[in-house]
Amino acid sequence: MSQDSAAQEPKVGLFVTCLVDLFRPSVGFAAVKLLEDAGCRVEVPRAQTCCGQPAYNSGDRRDAAAIARQTIAAFEGFDHVVAPSGSCAAMIKEHYPALLKDDPDWQGRAERLSARVHELVSFLADVLKVDSVAAAFPARATYHDSCSGLRELKIRAQPRRLLASVEGLELAELPEGEACCGFGGTFCVKYPEISNEMVSAKVANIESTEAELLLAGDLGCLMNMSGKLKRNGSKVQARHVAEVLAGDRDTPAIGEGREG
Amino acid sequence: MQSTSHAFPDNARAAVKNPQLKKALNHVKAGFIDKRAKAAAKLPEFEDLRDAARDIKNHTLAHLDLYLEAYEARITEQGGHVHWCGTAAEARDKILEICRAAGAKTVTKGKSMIAEEIALNDHLEANGIEPIETDLGEYIIQLRKEPPSHIIAPAVHLTKDQIEADFRDHHDHLPAERNLEEPAALVAEARGILRERYVQADVGITGANFLIAENGASVIVTNEGNGDLTQTLPKVHIVVASLEKVVPTLEDVSVILRVLARSATGQEFSSYTTFSTGPRRAGDLDGPEEYHVVLLDNGRSGMLGTEYQDALRCIRCGACMNHCPVYHAIGGHAYGWVYPGPIGAVLTPSLIGVEEAGHLPNASSFCGRCEAVCPMRIPLPKMMRHWREREFERHLTPLPLRAGLGVWAFFARRPALYHLFAGLKTRALGALGRRRGRFRKLPLAGGWTAHRDLPAPQGPTFQQLWAERKRDGQGRPAASA
Amino acid sequence: MTDRRAEILGRLRRSLKAVAETPGRGEAVQARIGAKARGPVPARSDLPRREMVTLFVEQAEAVATSVARVAGDGEVPQAVADYLKGQNLPAEVRISPDPALEGLAWSEQPLLKVESGRARLEDATSVTAALAGVAETGTLMLASGPTAPTTLNFLPENHIVVLRASQVVGPYEDAWDRLRAAEGEGQLPRTVNFITGPSRTGDIEQTIQMGAHGPRRLHVILVEDEGQA
Repeated sequence: MSQDSAAQEPKVGLFVTCLVDLFRPSVGFAAVKLLEDAGCRVEVPRAQTCCGQPAYNSGDRRDAAAIARQTIAAFEGFDHVVAPSGSCAAMIKEHYPALLKDDPDWQGRAERLSARVHELVSFLADVLKVDSVAAAFPARATYHDSCSGLRELKIRAQPRRLLASVEGLELAELPEGEACCGFGGTFCVKYPEISNEMVSAKVANIESTEAELLLAGDLGCLMNMSGKLKRNGSKVQARHVAEVLAGDRDTPAIGEGREG
Repeated sequence: MQSTSHAFPDNARAAVKNPQLKKALNHVKAGFIDKRAKAAAKLPEFEDLRDAARDIKNHTLAHLDLYLEAYEARITEQGGHVHWCGTAAEARDKILEICRAAGAKTVTKGKSMIAEEIALNDHLEANGIEPIETDLGEYIIQLRKEPPSHIIAPAVHLTKDQIEADFRDHHDHLPAERNLEEPAALVAEARGILRERYVQADVGITGANFLIAENGASVIVTNEGNGDLTQTLPKVHIVVASLEKVVPTLEDVSVILRVLARSATGQEFSSYTTFSTGPRRAGDLDGPEEYHVVLLDNGRSGMLGTEYQDALRCIRCGACMNHCPVYHAIGGHAYGWVYPGPIGAVLTPSLIGVEEAGHLPNASSFCGRCEAVCPMRIPLPKMMRHWREREFERHLTPLPLRAGLGVWAFFARRPALYHLFAGLKTRALGALGRRRGRFRKLPLAGGWTAHRDLPAPQGPTFQQLWAERKRDGQGRPAASA
Repeated sequence: MTDRRAEILGRLRRSLKAVAETPGRGEAVQARIGAKARGPVPARSDLPRREMVTLFVEQAEAVATSVARVAGDGEVPQAVADYLKGQNLPAEVRISPDPALEGLAWSEQPLLKVESGRARLEDATSVTAALAGVAETGTLMLASGPTAPTTLNFLPENHIVVLRASQVVGPYEDAWDRLRAAEGEGQLPRTVNFITGPSRTGDIEQTIQMGAHGPRRLHVILVEDEGQA
């Protein structure tokens, strides 16, 4: 690669998200592959942990603000910041500026980060203008629109457009597609019975599509839905949309072991 | 109304185990969501109207004292009476006083959430006056001695079979062998019974969807026509309304009416929208001889000027609960007080205290669908989060959650320690769960594993693998090797 | 209650960090009430007269109002008789004591019993006159008064409304302008009814049933008085 083109490569900071870091690094590597294939130079700042939603949504503004400042500082100096999650991206984009609006030292920095942060698939489609991927994944799939991505970031068409270019992948629309899967971060453990009703309705809709593969852009929702599918003895496999777009067919599906 | 909001988790657990309720609640999704979406899609100006409706209410709330004075002046000129009441008790007593002065034995009632809020029926009954609900849904739940479970569909928690059984129990003067198989037969039976009650009643009590400052009109919106019979036939009409119902002009109310029915039932307009401005006038052949407006504060003035002010824009259309996955799962009664669903989760702590109703704003996945459909663009999740902040500040957050959060935040604020511990923990869990790839049970994860498996970590964390990749120069390490 | 009033208004002003005399507030309120500014008005009813009337009919029929068009006032009694016959209803109507209705040629329908006045519980069918028809949603506007008792709009099972094509307007706002022109600024009749279809309820399992408390049937007799019929 010439010196010149290296200078033109957008420098992208990957916000891994705590769930991907802890549970499913393959999503992070799929994101890196997609970004690199699209001509980005990817770095992963070590000073990141979590976006702070558990604190923010539990009413703990002080810890949420401290985590926000730490995240902002870690991601200054990138052209773009990308997260393989609509929920975490929306936290940084929509809620950091609100969280730090009364902090004169940080308000501007929060807004500058907000302007540069993106959810992975919408970044590929809307910013990098990627309209197809070189991947094959023969399966009948259905796609769950996670709430934050759908409503806060208006992500709906982008994943469908890119998935349409995956060889062999057939996409069936999920009935009641705008309904929450029942994850909601700490919600699912604070009110387990309600969350269970929600995820039960969701997996019934998933089963009704006769899909063999469930895709979504947020690992939290995927762990919730795949956990319920597995508990029900369902054969439906769950994967992060980035893994399919990156053509990763080797990694076992969510909640499946090396021995199936 | 006595609150059971403090027992929300128990209420919710009971609700999800109730098969009748589950069957009835299916009608909420089927009956409201698509109809609203179609009605909104059919009107190109719908989103602009939502903005305009929000702005009208914001302007009105910022001048609420003055609009109420203007409204009152017009009512008084037109021969009506305005009664200002600070609390539920004052409003109940004022209504009782008016009923007594009219020598009332029975009163008919149109649907009013404010009447529920002040527990009017119990108060009238305790004082020897019989209240008769005339909205079909309200009539049904009055027979059952239940509160409404929805703000526009009070009996939505019931199936047709339950309603048939109630009618057979209570209408025992009718032939036992009559056919009540079809909903139409149930509607006809209620119609027949209530017609006589309209004429017998001495006082008619209605709520108000809006009060109009320009001309002193109170507005009711119904599909059944029960509110109109209630306010036209008896010799006294009492309107019970809360302060924030006022809007400036007929033009303003026209904007809001355009989003109301579409958001509520998916109709373009409800069957009956009625503007009434006072008692009967010279030469009128019908209409009430007396017209009273009981204007209730009951905590609203304290919401004004706070982060909860936006909730005062609510027009009680029910769209938030119609689209709420939590409401779909548990119905309205579990919320424990008058207002269920997302708007209830914001209003209830404001009106009866966060100590009593603190669960409500917590029992949300923040999916945001309520805000997406709210015609008045009320930022419901944001306000629920404000309540969580108030609870956290006041140490009302449950201790295990607070403690867990504290440990988590300690690490999340220290990236080096965080990555060290995360690496150790996921490696251990990954090794434990590698074969099956998931856990059916795990210590401290009972909230999760009671209902679903927990996917096991793949092994090392992304950060560990990324460090290896950087160290080795290139090449992607096998993620779960 | 006077002190309660002062107390509540005081609380509102404290919450708003305002006093009644805060400069500009009173003027803002008076200006808003005076201006009667329109919000976004749906373009759907912005049509030439003839098409506007057609839209009214379409929208009315979409909410289960039936419509019969007649060429002039003279045909109204016949249209009423025809409707009752078509619906298999008794040949009796209670009409509002409105000279314009009372003066119609009812005598040409000798089998039709016509009485005027407020509604009685036993009345099966009423005939009233509309003040306007709103094309936007097929809505009728009726106003109360000595010649227009409100009970006629709600108590009988069948409601027939006589509407002139010239009374059809596009949006609600145009109907308000007509009413203000008739009644005076800031004045409304005691009751104004917007009626959009017959009475209905969805309170039993969210399935729509007609005729909950008000009329089961709503029929409009549209008098073509704009010369195009």
